[in-house]
Amino acid sequence: MTQVTMTVNGKAASGTVEGRTLLSGFLREELGLTGTHVGCDTSQCGACVVHVDGAAVKACTMLAAEADGAEVTTIEGMANADGSLNVIQQAFQDHHGLQCGFCTPGMVMSAAALLKDNPKPSEQEVRDYLEGNICRCTGYHNIVKAILAASGQDVPAMAAE
Amino acid sequence: MPKDSGIGASTKRREDMRFLTGAGNYTDDINLAGQAYVHFLRSDVAHGTLKNVDTSAAAAMPGVVRIFTSSDFDGVGGIPCGWQVTSKDGNVMQEPTHPILATGKVRHVGEMIAAVVADTPEQARDAAEAIVLDIDELPAMVDMKAALADGATKVHDDLNDNLCYDWGFVEENREAVDKAMSEAAHVTSLELVNNRLVANPMEPRVAVGDYARHSDESTLYTTSQNPHVIRLLMGAFVLGIPEHKLRVVAPDVGGGFGTKIFHYAEEAFCTFAAKACNRPVKWTSSRSEAFISDAHGRDHVTKIELALDADNNFTALRCLTHANMGAYLSTFAPSVPTWLHGTLLAGNYRTPLIYTNVKAVFTNTVPVDAYRGAGRPEATFQLERVIDKAARELGVDPVDLRRQNFIREFPYATPVAVEYDTGDYDATMDKMLELADRDGFDARRKASEAKGKLRGFGVNCFIEACGIAPSNLVGQLGARAGLYESATVRVNATGGLVVMTGSHSHGQGHETTFPQVVAEMIGIDADQVEIVHGDTARTPMGMGTYGSRSIAVGGSAMVRATEKIINKTKKIAAHLLEAAEADIELKDGAFSVAGTDKSVTWGEVTLAAYVPHNYPLEDIEPGLEETAFYDPSNFTYPAGAYACEVEVDPDTGTVTIERFVSADDFGNVINPMIVEGQVHGGIAQGIGQALLENCSYDENGQLLSASYMDYTMPRADNLPHMEHYTVDHSCQTPCTHNPLGVKGCGEAGAIGSPPTVINAIIDALQSGGHKVDHIDMPATPDRVWAAMQ
Repeated sequence: MTQVTMTVNGKAASGTVEGRTLLSGFLREELGLTGTHVGCDTSQCGACVVHVDGAAVKACTMLAAEADGAEVTTIEGMANADGSLNVIQQAFQDHHGLQCGFCTPGMVMSAAALLKDNPKPSEQEVRDYLEGNICRCTGYHNIVKAILAASGQDVPAMAAE
Repeated sequence: MPKDSGIGASTKRREDMRFLTGAGNYTDDINLAGQAYVHFLRSDVAHGTLKNVDTSAAAAMPGVVRIFTSSDFDGVGGIPCGWQVTSKDGNVMQEPTHPILATGKVRHVGEMIAAVVADTPEQARDAAEAIVLDIDELPAMVDMKAALADGATKVHDDLNDNLCYDWGFVEENREAVDKAMSEAAHVTSLELVNNRLVANPMEPRVAVGDYARHSDESTLYTTSQNPHVIRLLMGAFVLGIPEHKLRVVAPDVGGGFGTKIFHYAEEAFCTFAAKACNRPVKWTSSRSEAFISDAHGRDHVTKIELALDADNNFTALRCLTHANMGAYLSTFAPSVPTWLHGTLLAGNYRTPLIYTNVKAVFTNTVPVDAYRGAGRPEATFQLERVIDKAARELGVDPVDLRRQNFIREFPYATPVAVEYDTGDYDATMDKMLELADRDGFDARRKASEAKGKLRGFGVNCFIEACGIAPSNLVGQLGARAGLYESATVRVNATGGLVVMTGSHSHGQGHETTFPQVVAEMIGIDADQVEIVHGDTARTPMGMGTYGSRSIAVGGSAMVRATEKIINKTKKIAAHLLEAAEADIELKDGAFSVAGTDKSVTWGEVTLAAYVPHNYPLEDIEPGLEETAFYDPSNFTYPAGAYACEVEVDPDTGTVTIERFVSADDFGNVINPMIVEGQVHGGIAQGIGQALLENCSYDENGQLLSASYMDYTMPRADNLPHMEHYTVDHSCQTPCTHNPLGVKGCGEAGAIGSPPTVINAIIDALQSGGHKVDHIDMPATPDRVWAAMQ
């Protein structure tokens, strides 16, 4: 068993974990941050994406022990300080970029990472970036719109409808 | 009432707030005090005699609470099947026992053999690995025709053979269809496969069983589309728990697409084990387990023939299908290739004679059941493929051939036992052609050819039967359930409402759309209406959500219950206003007396119902709560016309979707934003089936496509760009037999898109001079490339 300490959503967090405990398991089971979802076991679906030291990471693919000392942000840490939705979250609601909500935390975390590196992505760049995030409900159409809208682009002018 | 919250408004979803902030409450988020975890040891061979299960070493492993094998379930019922199909010879289908844990034999990779309950999930998994199995392998029946051959190894030793049923529909039409085929001016024939798929909702299945000794009550938290159905099946047929001692909760559910309709053995196990171990027992499926334990979809092999007269009128249709049931009968599996498939074979056309024969086959594969569309995509695919092939053989425009045979008079009784109430197939075709800019296609094809690509234009028309269904009808067809829906509307003293619905939302947005309807009826703000679903303790008996039935059936029940509420509040208002009830009008949340300025507000009336000081107690009871059960008188019949343009790279066989248009008739629409989202999702699944997805078994019954590494889920870059993708639902012929005039939109995209894509690919290949008249799905680059050689 290993003692791990990290900063999660701005607060200190620690626990004792097995060597094989994944970061996703630590967040969900030890810290009760169940917004990080696990949708596969091959690092494909991206429902578990969180930010570790500012980079998008699939939390099912990182050991909790590896995150010792890191700054971790999960979906629970994304809203504005007053509890209102941040720009990306609000765009997902405005453009109906979610249905069942299961892939949504990973989508929002990936979108945030994309827009940090590429503040005005093209539609193709958004679609390429989401290679590692699977959604079964939306057909991605409205997710792509939401991310483009969150980047400040005029989505109605880009869409056929 | 604000304009953005009534019927027809694209109200933003209230459920998004919790999903976007990580505050959703999915089954895997539920952890109960003292909870243990189960790991199921599953068969890694497809077929074999189970000679011994040695758990002795595993039982001594750290943290193990108890290990279960089949002998622990003596006296417990098998997992039941909810639909009995009768063969054309009058015999009922062969129905094998479906034990919770494998008994005597294993029959598919993934079947559960033993269950280890331990203090942690890791301990349960470690101990399961220490169980020693002795299995004598038997030949695996994977291919359906091999499974039906004389002398084939039987999947179930106690059945006559591997044929579940041999269904003919309409049997009385068979000879007339044969005669029409032999006399036809032209017959187009096509053999095709409707590829086996895995539904893959992003949330894997989870079950948490709990047992309260003080009250002898069991609770199951589960990822279900229909908790009442699970309670009835599991309580009455498997575990013998009366419904008043059993609660089933399906909280936030991360997608279903059909595969979360069914009652699964893992649910029964966790409920049973919680009592046996006297502590909560939790199972969380991994994605790898989901591939070998969630019911699969489709898997039909079909020969279809279309007969036409000399004027290109359709005269007869004949369909011979083999449908894979897998190793056991999942809950509604027998209904999918029969009543959900054969009844759709008229499509949008006036074909006077139709016959279909379906042979359902047991194989050593995962059970197959309903997946988005369920039978209707299979019917549509074969019909629209054979029509397209006929048009090309006859040298006529595929659009013209379809139009020539359209049904135009409604109601229309098909030769396959259903009556379409409304539709306007020319309208959706016209809208589709306009939005698809078919007139500009030739120029776009030339542009593609200039860069060395082939370009094709494909169309498709389709009809669905949704809103399943009249209970008395489905009872005659073999359903062992009613298919009504329920709603209880509880008005609180201060005027707010709670609607407790038997429908279930697992992404469809009921919490937003259902209040839009009630708010419109009463004239109050939708925020005053709360929706409760997914808990048998809080909702009346209901049948849940599948078959695009939530608003058509569940919404109708809610309307009926709300009408009862309105009737009662009018009586109270009449008393308060000292007027005749017939003169009371309800508008914008206030009751007034016609022709006067006298009025009382909604809140004053609801308060009077609970504080009945000035109240007609001699005429009506206090309180304000009403329940309605709605049993539809017919299916609904959404219809649409879709167009797709593809580009094919002749060097690699790669297909890209360049343009896509859907023109759907859903009848009236409650929330356009949500409807369009449903269509987007359905189309993505249909494009996935057409180009990417395939569930592939080897000859030994090993599932080769058993993870996201091998099963190609559609990604964002597989789908058309916004600029050339239009989802339209402006053609509306309201349903005539439900109060909202709605038809349902959940499955249309998955039904309409696969043949559209394949028709476009064939058009592209033929434009390049390739004599290709069919490609089976998925049209992967290697298949397309091989077809061109």
